[in-house]
Order: sequence, then C-alpha cells, then structure tokens
Amino acid sequence: MVNSVTNLGRSGVYDWVIQRLTAVILALYTLFLLGYVLATPDLTYDVWKDLFSCTAMKIFTFAALLSMCAHAWVGLWTISTDYLTSSAVVRFIFQLVCAGFLFTYLVWGFDILWGV
Amino acid sequence: MLVSIYRYNPEKDTAPYMQDYEITIPGNRDVMILDVLALVKEQDSTLAYRRSCREGVCGSDGMNINGKNGLACITPISEATKGKMDKLVLRPLPGMPVIRDLVIDMTMFYQQYEKVKPYLENNTPAPAIERLQTPEERAKLDGLYECILCACCSTSCPSFWWNPDKFVGPAGLLQAYRFLADSRDTMTQERLAGLSDPFSVFRCRGIMNCVNVCPKGLNPTRAIGHIRNMLLTQQV
Ligand code: SF4
Ligand code: SF4
Ligand code: FES
Repeated sequence: MVNSVTNLGRSGVYDWVIQRLTAVILALYTLFLLGYVLATPDLTYDVWKDLFSCTAMKIFTFAALLSMCAHAWVGLWTISTDYLTSSAVVRFIFQLVCAGFLFTYLVWGFDILWGV
Repeated sequence: MLVSIYRYNPEKDTAPYMQDYEITIPGNRDVMILDVLALVKEQDSTLAYRRSCREGVCGSDGMNINGKNGLACITPISEATKGKMDKLVLRPLPGMPVIRDLVIDMTMFYQQYEKVKPYLENNTPAPAIERLQTPEERAKLDGLYECILCACCSTSCPSFWWNPDKFVGPAGLLQAYRFLADSRDTMTQERLAGLSDPFSVFRCRGIMNCVNVCPKGLNPTRAIGHIRNMLLTQQV
C-alpha cells in the first residue's frame, strides 16, 4: 500500500472510477454541443443565449466543468508522479500551479454560466 | 558476425560504453544468443553475464537483445535479427542499476515481488492430508504459476521505470493474481486492500510491453485487468 496525500480520491480505485465517469460526461457534453452546432443552421447570439439560459443546460455545463477539473487533476497528478520524481518540491509546485489553474477555471466558468 | 555489447565495470570505467566483437559461428548455424555470448567470452574473459539452466527455465539470462527484452538462451539469432543474421546489440535489462556489463541489480524487482506475499495463506485449520481443489479451480492458475521471474516484463514497462519503488510491476502483479485466484487462499480481502492505492496496480496503463516480451508467453496485462475488476466489484 502506497499512500499519497495529494491524490484526488486517496485510492487508486476511486481515481480510476472518477477518471472514467468524468470522461463519459465530457464526451457526452462535447457530442451534444457538436450536434447542436451542426443542427442549428443560423446560430445567432440569441439562440446561443437561450440555450444556456435553460437550467438543464446550466446543470449539464457545470457538470462538464466539474468533470473537466477532476479529470485534469487525476491526469496531471499522474504525470507529476511519473515524471517529476527526483524532487518533491518541484512536484508540489507543479501540482499547486495545476490546482490554481483548475480552481480559476471552475470559479470563472461558474461566474460566466450564472451571468447568462 | 558483429556483436556489440554494453560494457561497464564500476571499478575501472567512469562511464558505460559499447564494445564491438567480430565472431565466427561454427558452420554458420542459427544458434542462441547465449551461445554467441559464450563465443565472445572465449575472446574476452572479462565479459560478465548471468546464466544457469541454458533452457529457459531459471530466468537468469534476461537481457535486452536488439532492443527487445528476452532470454538469451532461448532466443535464436534469426529471431533477434529478424532473419538478417547481421548484427547483434546486447544490453542489460533497462531501468535497473547495472552491477557489471549485462548483470543488473534486481533488488527492486524482488522487493515488489515480496510485497504481494507470493505464498499461500490460509487461516482455517489444516486438513489431515491436503487442501483439495477441483480441476476447474486448478485450471484458474494456468498462465499464472509458470512465471520464472526473469524480469523481462517489468523492465520493459515504462510505469515500472518511473516508479519501481511504488508500482508492483507486471511480474509481481501476475503473482498477486495467482494467489487471488487460488481457491485455497483465504486472504483475498487483505490482499486486495493492499493493492487499492493509486500506485501498486493502477499505474498500469495497459501498454502491454509486458505481454510482448514474456518468454513464457504469459499475459500480465490480463491478470492486472482481473485484479482491477476484483477491486472495483469490492469497492464500488
Ligand atoms: S500493460 Fe501495464 S504492466 Fe504491462 S507493460 Fe504496460 S503498463 Fe506495464
Ligand atoms: S511474467 Fe514472463 S517476463 Fe515476466 S518475469 Fe514472469 S516469465 Fe519473465
Ligand atoms: S539460462 Fe536459465 S533461462 Fe536462460
């Protein structure tokens, strides 16, 4: 048993499940957006605004945003523990920068979404 | 035939280097790499490598032959050179500390093996004669128990190169599953609990280098998949 405090689920099993589940949500969201864009011939600002004003779409978008953050954290954490093994300080700084970016995206995305 | 061999003697050399030998194979036969090494050793007795059984049973002569890990004693020249019979490049198994020439320090490999408790554990009273298995239960161990611990698989696995102290590696995990699958072992839960962290099993990225090189034709990736499924069904 190898422990790590910076890992998201604190367990390989949870990380594995989170990674797969968020991947499915992200794929569905991408496909939906792509389908929507293709199926809407004249995509004006109003149409786009209407789409995102609907609560269901807000929930879906927020779920995708959360998934993106969790998915990216699991992935980047793995990269940092694969390639940045010679110095724990460098690894921690890298993880802090990643966490900072992801947190910013989350709050910023939330702000945009609820501003619609 | 040209044979290029990785040389390093820490008592004399400051850095490893490749040394070329020109050897003549009697009768130009398609011999095994281990025979080639014996011919080289006649020329240069300072060359060090491990070998014992010379028939693919003991697992001591795992090495990197023309870029692919394998046992020198059961790899013919034709296979290593893809039929061209032109040049051989022999290096120690990658990713492990080199003791001398083709001899590597396998400590980390054995430590991972030890971690998975590669022995039967049963906390029920011992029966008078022996613990019986049905032929079906016994069949589950096929493809698992044959491992000779040559380390060809683990030293070809990038995840093991990056984290040899944390990721158990294909050889160790194959044995972990060998005891998880054994109907006579009663420590399944404890074994699984010891493997559920983010490194021991989950560092496997399914690259299948291990399957590609195993000289015994075993499939560690499949065993790792079984362990993952056991962990998932237990913990989700
Ligand atoms: S399948 Fe897994 S254990 Fe095998 S080489 Fe790839 S990462 Fe390593
Ligand atoms: S699984 Fe195959 S390659 Fe790996 S140590 Fe066992 S015999 Fe060698
Ligand atoms: S010498 Fe025993 S496996 Fe090659």
